[in-house]
Amino acid sequence: MDEAKVTEVLEDALSRRTFIKGVIAAGATASSAGYLFRSTGGLAAATAVQGTAERLLTLTVNGQQRRVDVLPHETLAMTLRYKLGLTGTKLGCDRGECGACTVLVDGANHYACSMLTHQVRGRAVTTIEGLQNPDTEALHPVQQAVLDEGGFQCAFCAPGFIMSMTALVESTPDFTREQAAHALSGNLCRCADYQKILNCAMRAGELARARA
Amino acid sequence: MAKLIGTDIASPDLLAKITGRAKYAEDFRVDGMVFAKLLLSPMPHARVRGIDAARALAMPGVLGILTADDVPQLEAPGEACLTNEPRYEGEPILALAAVDEETAAAAIELIRLDLEPLPFALDPLESLRPGGPDAWTEGNVLVEGEMKSLKWDGVDFSSVAQGQLPMGEVTTEWALGDVDAGFAQADVVVDETMVHQTQTHHPLEPRSTLAYWRNGKLFAHVSVQSTARMRASLAGALDLDIADVVVVAEYCGGGFGSKITGSPIMHVAPLFSKKIGRPVMLRITRYEETYVGRSRPGFQMRAKVGFRSDGRITAMDLFIVEDHGSYGGGGDNGTAGVLAHLMYQPENIRVRGVPVFTNTPPRAAQRGPGGVQMLTILEPLMDKAARELRMDRLELRRVNAPREGATFGPRETPLTSVHVHEAMDMGEKLFDWQEKKTWSGRRNGSKVTGVGIGVSPYTAGSVGYDGLLVIRPDGLVHIHQGVGNLGTHSVMDTARAAADVLNVGWDQVVIEWGDTSRGLPWSASQGGSQTTHAHTRANHAAGLDAKRKIQDIAARTLGGSPQSYDVAGGRVFQRGNPGRGMSFAQVAERAVALGGEYDGHTLPEDIHAMTIESATALVGQGLMGVAKDNFGRSGATYSWVVGFAVVEVDTETGHVEIKEYTGVADCGTVLHPRSLGAQILGGSIQGMGVAMSQRWVYDPKWGAALAKRLYSARPPSILDVPMDMTWAAVEIPDPDTPVGAKGIGEPPLGAGGAAIACAVADALGGRLVGRTPLTPDVILAELEGSKRPWRPLDVHVG
Repeated sequence: MDEAKVTEVLEDALSRRTFIKGVIAAGATASSAGYLFRSTGGLAAATAVQGTAERLLTLTVNGQQRRVDVLPHETLAMTLRYKLGLTGTKLGCDRGECGACTVLVDGANHYACSMLTHQVRGRAVTTIEGLQNPDTEALHPVQQAVLDEGGFQCAFCAPGFIMSMTALVESTPDFTREQAAHALSGNLCRCADYQKILNCAMRAGELARARA
Repeated sequence: MAKLIGTDIASPDLLAKITGRAKYAEDFRVDGMVFAKLLLSPMPHARVRGIDAARALAMPGVLGILTADDVPQLEAPGEACLTNEPRYEGEPILALAAVDEETAAAAIELIRLDLEPLPFALDPLESLRPGGPDAWTEGNVLVEGEMKSLKWDGVDFSSVAQGQLPMGEVTTEWALGDVDAGFAQADVVVDETMVHQTQTHHPLEPRSTLAYWRNGKLFAHVSVQSTARMRASLAGALDLDIADVVVVAEYCGGGFGSKITGSPIMHVAPLFSKKIGRPVMLRITRYEETYVGRSRPGFQMRAKVGFRSDGRITAMDLFIVEDHGSYGGGGDNGTAGVLAHLMYQPENIRVRGVPVFTNTPPRAAQRGPGGVQMLTILEPLMDKAARELRMDRLELRRVNAPREGATFGPRETPLTSVHVHEAMDMGEKLFDWQEKKTWSGRRNGSKVTGVGIGVSPYTAGSVGYDGLLVIRPDGLVHIHQGVGNLGTHSVMDTARAAADVLNVGWDQVVIEWGDTSRGLPWSASQGGSQTTHAHTRANHAAGLDAKRKIQDIAARTLGGSPQSYDVAGGRVFQRGNPGRGMSFAQVAERAVALGGEYDGHTLPEDIHAMTIESATALVGQGLMGVAKDNFGRSGATYSWVVGFAVVEVDTETGHVEIKEYTGVADCGTVLHPRSLGAQILGGSIQGMGVAMSQRWVYDPKWGAALAKRLYSARPPSILDVPMDMTWAAVEIPDPDTPVGAKGIGEPPLGAGGAAIACAVADALGGRLVGRTPLTPDVILAELEGSKRPWRPLDVHVG
């Protein structure tokens, strides 16, 4: 089977939903399995619980080619956090409810907890660590807007919100406060600092337009 | 120098937060780190008769299990981190560690538990009925430290069918005056019963822990509200010398009272690490967080209030059945009564309460504990009385709200300052109450407008903690903060008090925080809005101590009296002769050369042992400012928020849209305006979530939680609140504290929740629904008078 075919089959057979279903069917609800990963090179050969072996992939993350061993059922969030050292992507729920793990895939915001790493092969992944210009250290207009407005309280949600804001300002040149709220409604802030978050989004729009 | 207090400066850690560099507990990695998983109880109350872990332990990569027998157990009703008698569905029974998390999770499935089911109670009122179940084998209430079984024999429970709380024997009671006499003088008496639901805290960061031991010292990476206090709490729980505990807690992804000094689950990783000799990471999932992550105690409560025709409250009689959960904690019913007395100043009051244990997850303080629950019944009750008295609702609150000289509570405590009237006046104008109250009942298709006010006080500060700073030979002022970085920015903002005394710019200040090995002073436990008050005082004290020493050194070096010197911009100089002076860098070098008190070789005698340890570790690094807050205080410190809201209730769908909200605070001097706005509006939204959407649902047959994820528990999203909200502060300094600042974390919740609850009742023509959360099905049932799927006082129905 060629690589593209493998990916297709994996996407089909191991979508996040079927994976979760499998876990529930296995009676694992009391110990909340499913929030899991296996360490690289650990016991992959010795255990057969989730079954399958790791496969070496090349991912494009923050503009760099990263080679990494990935299990068939591994989520992008786990690969980023535990194999690529990119802990800026947060896990608040691991079930597509809170948006703390939001990253960009080909410029669109996605929940990294709800995508399999195999799904992003050949696609450009951007995390919170990839927004700042690595050469000039210049902040992305969204990050600059957050600094200008003093946004966020505990900020555990901030990386996710910032990625969703980035998708917004980069796809929509001009937007209203209401449109911003809708664009950010897949992200949850438990401190409920929504007023400042919307101020940041509006400021980010201004900065992005000024730079364009 | 311009003062830093009162200005908008982005928190110095914000850059780390928005670039992904900020490390929360689960972001740390240690060589040899292994992973633990928990096995949770599937039953609400059971006894573990046996654990068969043989197959799990035989699995390659499994390193061991940790059971209740391996961890300190406490006297009833104390909560251990693992138990052989689970008292709620989801309580951790054991943990298993393996080289990776998948192996741990797979292995834990192979463990066989032999559980003996025990009777369980989910509803406090059901537990009080004759023959009702007790949550503990030892009983259902705590009386003078002893568990007892309390049943309301001979109490008429038939009133429940009419929606009235029966009132039997209680465990706490206090009164001032004579309520019966007070009611005799009343022209209008309102008697309401309501159920306030329990709600989980749901901080966005689950309470994961990484722990390891090095040379007999414990290193714990935790998510906690108060860093210095967490060290003492861990040392106490694990029976360690405080010097052997290093807490790393640079960032905390929200706590709201659920992580004040940690929680028992944070003891698992340290104990497991000790047992197996490997660093242990215990990642807590959202699912587990719902169980072990704490919740606000629900109330079944009854309030009877008597009013004279001028609106003055002659008598208030409060009765609260508090859902104490499986391990108690909170004591919200007591706070609720005290706050009600403070807020309405009734001429006569009686407060009775009975916290009852249930087989549901543990309770703890949640922002505005007690106040939030009580205000959702008392504020709508005030509106009902205002309708009967034909009074303006704001006016009725003014008639009763405290003024200078007021006292409150069973010990008739005085206040340091109270400016709720100024906050009401300011809010009246900002919100345009006089105009907007005329919108009440306005119809637009199926939607009806309602307008409401919520007035909310809360305790706002403690005293007596330590401040610690070192001016190093780099000329920078290093301010050490033992308070945690829980999102309120207080860890940064309270340092401004020291910087202002030393008259330095923010770029000359370095905040040292988040790691107890950096040398942190003894600090407030960060709950109940204590920090702003406590640590502006402590830092002000440390700043004054440093300034005195700087002036001394200048006088010794350059001549003249210490008082002839002033400080500004990182220099000390002679008044009227600014050229004659020294830089802070030179002063720091001189302090090290002089030794003694100047560089910390001798320390004040009244500071806490932890501050002494920290200061001793910093000896000789520069000029040390270290002092205890001895400023004194003549009363209790309270802050206030007055909230105003407009809602639209859709009478066809039961949906409530919050159209407008304004919050005005009395919290003394404002440290950081933009951050205060976030506290007022964010807190108000949390209160709106409590009143409107946040659910807690149980299967009564199996005692199992149903709303255990964010999508089912429904905390407010960005689309649930107005796109634009307004806030303001009266900015009258509190005279009993040198900086004038009072805390503000708690009061906004009660204001937001009560304002919305009042606005909804207003839209319903003054009808009180008597229940939170006011979900669409609750409102529709009320509007249509249809048969409800729950009985009037049922709890956990969402």
